[in-house]
Amino acid sequence: MRGDLAKAFELANTQVFRRATLSKSYTDLIGRKLFLAILTIRGLGAFALITLGVMLNKFSVARSVMQPRVRHEISRAGVALLPMFLFIALALGFLVIGQTVSALAKVGATNYLGSTMVIVIVRELGPLLTAVLVLARVGTANVIELGTARALGEVEALEALGIDPVHYLIVPRVIGMALGIFALTVYLIIGALGSGYLFAFLQDVPMGPGDYFKQIAEALNWLDFALLALKTVAFGFFIAIVTCYHGLAQPLRLEDVSRVAVRAVTQGVIVCVLVDAVFIVLYLVT
Amino acid sequence: MSETTFQPAVIEMSAARIGALRDTLLTVIEGVNWSVASGEFWVVAGRQHSGKSDLLLHAGGLITPASGSCRVFGCETKNFGEAQIAERLRIGFVFAGGNLFNQLTIAENVALPLRYQRNAPLAEVARVVEELMELLELAPYADNTPANLSANWRQRAALARALVLQPELLLLDNPLGGLDGRHRHWLLKFLEQLWSGHKYFGGRPMTLVVTTDDLRVWRHPQRKYAVLEEKIFSVLGAWREVESARTPAAKELLAEPVETTI
Repeated sequence: MRGDLAKAFELANTQVFRRATLSKSYTDLIGRKLFLAILTIRGLGAFALITLGVMLNKFSVARSVMQPRVRHEISRAGVALLPMFLFIALALGFLVIGQTVSALAKVGATNYLGSTMVIVIVRELGPLLTAVLVLARVGTANVIELGTARALGEVEALEALGIDPVHYLIVPRVIGMALGIFALTVYLIIGALGSGYLFAFLQDVPMGPGDYFKQIAEALNWLDFALLALKTVAFGFFIAIVTCYHGLAQPLRLEDVSRVAVRAVTQGVIVCVLVDAVFIVLYLVT
Repeated sequence: MSETTFQPAVIEMSAARIGALRDTLLTVIEGVNWSVASGEFWVVAGRQHSGKSDLLLHAGGLITPASGSCRVFGCETKNFGEAQIAERLRIGFVFAGGNLFNQLTIAENVALPLRYQRNAPLAEVARVVEELMELLELAPYADNTPANLSANWRQRAALARALVLQPELLLLDNPLGGLDGRHRHWLLKFLEQLWSGHKYFGGRPMTLVVTTDDLRVWRHPQRKYAVLEEKIFSVLGAWREVESARTPAAKELLAEPVETTI
């Protein structure tokens, strides 16, 4: 267990470089940053593969312990965030969709309403906004919890008890975040589309609710549902990997935890954008 | 304990180079040659930051030596993996300060290894945990989280967690550190009982290794002693060898603490 982790973390054991003296030139600085980025990507990749391996190999290990932990993480990354997401959905509907509907109605382009809503809300804004909000709310907590646990020696204590830290600490968070982001995205999209129409209705846009939802339903196809599910699960998986990697792998001292949390959130946003870009290409290709 | 000397070694280190947990590139002890037989009680003494904890982590298979060999129950710790989980569970480890899981209550901390490793029914787990906590006088604190307990009780909870799987080898990192007089006395007595065979564990004698920065409290004619000094691990042997040792570290570890008054 420790050996597997050590191999992954060794790849990104960047402490040597971080301790190096300050760069004397911009080329030194860029070179060092580039080298650190490559090491981090390798470390993250190895950590993701290890986590996937543990998820598959230990699927049925210690179910009586793991099932409550998975349920807790689903609740934390999903159910507990529902009130906040309902508010965000209302705000998104009022601020973005309502105005779009009104603008399209003014220029007589309401025929494009369905496809506009699907592209803006279902494909892009809904999943990405959900991912970034969950990253900020739960991802940060992940880094701090795991970093503190690591700094206080809880990871060593798990290993001493023959418990795989990746199985006990990481797998529930990955599952919880993947399912949580998927469910929250669905709620956010439904809530935003509903409140968007409400806002447009208040502005006397000449369109019945039946026409509005019919247009959206016609603009959706099976690929949107399939890629939405895949995309949100991918967001959840990668956010969990980035935050858990930084929480578990890097900080060994309490004073490092806050610094690493900031780094993890920054990298989490970058990963979200990259995953989103991959799915845009998929939408364009299919 | 002379009848146990012919049994196979529980811990065997050969030219092991001990690295630090927090910086694996750093060597804290060079070339350790050490053999712990079944049923022995070893006291490893050293000043602060001399590498006692790192040595114990190696002995527990939690870190592998940078070079050389470290075998626990005949199994090379470099090969410790899922297939060797049975060997790992024969070792109980009590960290300095406890290293309890802060999100769990004391009862949950003690129950976790049993639930995870044995997948035992909840009722059976509850019974075993309750008995063990009664034995260690922890029952009143079962529902407390570690942050709400004093260091004395946290250390005792860590001991309960290490004992719940009934290990054959118990490693304790500076177990008396931060304990008050009453708890020190209780722990010394309890470890003595474990070593000679506690009835709760079926009367089976346990092999014990403790680290300390004060040798005097561990004085016992049948225990074995080793000292860490200047990256060197020296086996002293029985207590009379400790008393006759001439090294500065041994003298310091045997000396009365300096009284400080304001």
